[in-house]
Amino acid sequence: MSATETATADEGTGRTSTTAQTLRRLVQGDLASVRVVLGLAVIWIIFQSQEDRFLSAQNLTNLMLQITAIGLISVGIVYVLLLGEIDLSVGAVSGLSAAVMAVLSVKHGWSPYLAIAAAICVGATIGFIQGSLFSRFVVPSFVVTLAGLLAWQGALLQVLGGTGSLNINDPKITGLANTFYSDTVGWIFAAVIIAAYGGVLALGYRRRVAAGLDDSNPLPLVIRFVFLAAVVIVAVAVLNSDRGVPLAVMILLAFVVGMEFVVKRTGFGRHVFAVGGNAEAARRAGIRVNRVRVAVFTIAGSMAAIGGIMAASRLFAVNQNSGGNELLLLAIAGPVIAGTSLFGGRGSVWTALLGALVIGSISNGMDLLSLSSAVKYMVTGGVLLLAVLVDAIARQQRQTSGRV
Amino acid sequence: MSAASTPLLELEGVSKRFGPVQALDRVDFAVNAGEVVGLVGDNGAGKSTLVKAIAGIHSADRGTIRFEGSEVSISRPQDATELGIATVYQDLALCDNLDVVANLFLGRELVSSGLGVASRQLDEVRMEHETADLLSNLAVTIPSLRSEVGTLSGGQRQQVAVARSLLGEPKVVLLDEPTAALGVPQTKQVLALIRRLRERELGVVVISHNLADMFQVADRIFVLRLGRSAGEFAASETTEEQVIGAITGVGEGHEKREQQPEEEGG
Repeated sequence: MSATETATADEGTGRTSTTAQTLRRLVQGDLASVRVVLGLAVIWIIFQSQEDRFLSAQNLTNLMLQITAIGLISVGIVYVLLLGEIDLSVGAVSGLSAAVMAVLSVKHGWSPYLAIAAAICVGATIGFIQGSLFSRFVVPSFVVTLAGLLAWQGALLQVLGGTGSLNINDPKITGLANTFYSDTVGWIFAAVIIAAYGGVLALGYRRRVAAGLDDSNPLPLVIRFVFLAAVVIVAVAVLNSDRGVPLAVMILLAFVVGMEFVVKRTGFGRHVFAVGGNAEAARRAGIRVNRVRVAVFTIAGSMAAIGGIMAASRLFAVNQNSGGNELLLLAIAGPVIAGTSLFGGRGSVWTALLGALVIGSISNGMDLLSLSSAVKYMVTGGVLLLAVLVDAIARQQRQTSGRV
Repeated sequence: MSAASTPLLELEGVSKRFGPVQALDRVDFAVNAGEVVGLVGDNGAGKSTLVKAIAGIHSADRGTIRFEGSEVSISRPQDATELGIATVYQDLALCDNLDVVANLFLGRELVSSGLGVASRQLDEVRMEHETADLLSNLAVTIPSLRSEVGTLSGGQRQQVAVARSLLGEPKVVLLDEPTAALGVPQTKQVLALIRRLRERELGVVVISHNLADMFQVADRIFVLRLGRSAGEFAASETTEEQVIGAITGVGEGHEKREQQPEEEGG
């Protein structure tokens, strides 16, 4: 054995181990989402085999419109879940905020922009108050927001007054959920999204290589890019063959991307993860834990209001059921199904979108099949239970294999 | 040697009382730059109280603390940090769900300089680069800087915690039971890391129950017993029996049972 031979052998193993590492990183990082995408595919195949209208362009467009409100509320819920907390008031807050918008617009003749801004302020303020109570008095968030759930539901009835229902006629507000872009604009959106994503990936990779941090091959990034580009192109093609890309979908996407950026790429987002992982460690590292908590609950309240506005826009009305029924539970179930941990510190904003798609697909498919409410509730409950069990099992595995 | 004439950190006549318990009684203690001092003693001897007094968790009732020759008051943890005293507690205070880089820079994340939204963005590349530099300087090997801290071994976690304390460029590092609950190879790694802290001209104070570890790594061993100084030994000129004698008080001939402090040890 010559010395050179040994050296090359060593280098060879080093190379394979880094390639294996990057592959593992790809799989680990995206394992949860891969699992959910596969689950979604199974759900779609099952419904399509029972009812061929399910995967029609018209129904898929409807599905996207149906999940907008729930997805937006879930974006805020993801932040709360990352802290390891829960916000049970988001449904009621979404209804109340939408009612405030409707009353200001219809009864007081406010401009739609001001009415929408006021509604978001209501949601933000409620979130701020609940977050402050929770962090200042160390009351479980579960209880504070449960009280909120009841109180804000009462406030909704109060705001709506005697009729209990208010039709929205302002075209700016109803346009939010009922505007569709032309085919050309749709393709421009697609091009911009794909180019932006490719640019971000390429820039990040080049910076890492320049800093000498990553000698691995860019294959995982290319796979991701191709996958996203394919999804965007197919989605736009499908939406264009019906009414076009809805404004509502673009709003949802903008919030998902923006809030994912905040949670993954900013110091604030890092602190959210730290508090959710180990609040005491975060405190000792100089993070103002209570400020982070209040900010997160404020975000959840704001996102609930935005979701409520979209729901009201789609319905052309606000009524006593706005933000009620199973909306709250589905908004929480979505991210959990898609892989955001209930125990805090793990997850991403993308799970809000993915989870809403899963839950929305199940509900939409069962509607198409005209299944009874009894069956719908039981199936949805079963899916949620399954998701929570998967989360808990993943957590146990981390705990048993994690430490020496 | 000038270091010998002016200790980096010097405590004189420090006392601390918790209610009826005299946890520290007129203790004199010093650590020089480039020196590892082992702080040993039985449970309740006052080791933790002494470290907490230096770290600003419980400030001392009486006595003076001098840092680099000038008298200072340490009443809050921030005071100690600003002076350049870093503490690594036994429970490490790491976020298991974050990776090594994120834990190292927790609470002092680097943000990229740029315009607009980009200026608020975490500079992951620079943080990872600095983490890699720091860890390789300390000869700490961790499989991937991007692996979650929760997946690391106990020894690796301890090394990450020590490395994190060095980011603030401290002059004195206090380590609370760094080798407790570690296996033999991991203990060796951590002891090697402590030696490298000494090579960096830091003053290192190590609390430990493990005398064998202390004799391997410490230059000086300082014994506390019932809140009082019970002897100081140069590690190279002492036997374990002598230190054990000082810890237990055997052979001193004046047991003071009535003064047993109740304060928790470790």
